Amino acid sequence: MKESALVQTRPAKNGGWFHYLANPGRFQRVARPTLPWLAGFALFLTVTGIVWGYWFAPADWQQGNASRIMYVHVPAAWVAMAGYAALAICSFLSLVWRHPLADIAAEEISPIGAGFTAVCLVSGSLWGKPMWGAYWVWDARLTSVLILFFLYLGHIALIRAFDNKAHAYRAAAILALAGAVNLPIIVFSVQWWNTLHQGNTISFTGPSKIYITMLYPLLIASVGFYLTFITLVVARMSSAISERKTTALLRAAAERAQ
Amino acid sequence: MRTPKKRRLYLVLACLVCLGGAVALSLAAFSSSLTYFLSPRQVEAKAPPLGRSFRLGGIVEVGTVATDVSKGEPVTHFAVTDGQAAVKVIYTGVLPDLFREGQGVVAIGSMQKGDVFRASEVLAKHGADYMPKDVEEALKKSGKWNPRFGPPPNAASWDDMSVKGKGA
Repeated sequence: MKESALVQTRPAKNGGWFHYLANPGRFQRVARPTLPWLAGFALFLTVTGIVWGYWFAPADWQQGNASRIMYVHVPAAWVAMAGYAALAICSFLSLVWRHPLADIAAEEISPIGAGFTAVCLVSGSLWGKPMWGAYWVWDARLTSVLILFFLYLGHIALIRAFDNKAHAYRAAAILALAGAVNLPIIVFSVQWWNTLHQGNTISFTGPSKIYITMLYPLLIASVGFYLTFITLVVARMSSAISERKTTALLRAAAERAQ
Repeated sequence: MRTPKKRRLYLVLACLVCLGGAVALSLAAFSSSLTYFLSPRQVEAKAPPLGRSFRLGGIVEVGTVATDVSKGEPVTHFAVTDGQAAVKVIYTGVLPDLFREGQGVVAIGSMQKGDVFRASEVLAKHGADYMPKDVEEALKKSGKWNPRFGPPPNAASWDDMSVKGKGA
């Protein structure tokens, strides 16, 4: 109570909203009650989308049942890229405004993002063998997603490689921001170069080249994957904040006892 | 007034612009080597030297596929086209399931004497169009699309082809 009263009476400076939302204590108060709802919606939509896609949606005219891999592959790919975008934004906030919450978010996003990228790569590989005739080819789309995976792994390693956390956050943020140039390359690789990977099916500017009965489960699974990502990241951030608070309290208690 | 935060903001933005520019320039410079395959037109204009391995990509030309199974392993002759040029291809072995006339393929191999591309591997490249079988049949029956001659018509027109009670 005391803390929130203090914050509210603080003069509203430029970008006051930013600071208001970036307070770890306030994050905890919002995240804790929201998490069960987030997790519930994430699970419900993911299961609905995948069950719909795998059992009820029609098979593709060309690829038959193999096309059902898309209900996992495509959402995983979208979340992998959106996750990296979120990582880059957090790194930017961390470098410029030094927000502690942005650092915590960056540290917790990269393992989850790497997981979704791995799901995307493995499911794509299993799709490639029956359809293309190869598990892996070095075309621009596949290679750029593999680089995305390595960027995530590099970020995971770098942010944990320093004894001084402030140095770790700065170095990892620079890596994450530099790696963000890979995102437009992934998105446009199928348009800029000849690739074995097919072009984009879903389009925001024109009709999507997918029949509506296959589009619905794909979109539901995608929203489910996004919510799963958000749930996992928020849960990890929340426990990281609790862990820090606990460590600080224990340390203070030990110092008092001396 | 310039606060440290402002200065960091401009510094990070300037670094990002420089990095983005450098990557864009190098991608533009290397764009030909980032291409996974050459099209028949590119091969016709400037063919790689005989025996040099490269990838050839395009559509299997309609009416050119001939498979000879008399010598044990199937030997397939076909032409890969991009609509403007065509390259003859010979491949020994079993082709992927999606291989057919009008289908996109990427063949790995090299040019031989007589302007023939001998492929050691053929990969099928499928389109980005997903639809149930009955919609495909309805589109074909209505004369709007023949899969042998390219991608389906604008997806906005598929809805008229919907078959009630099918799918989810």
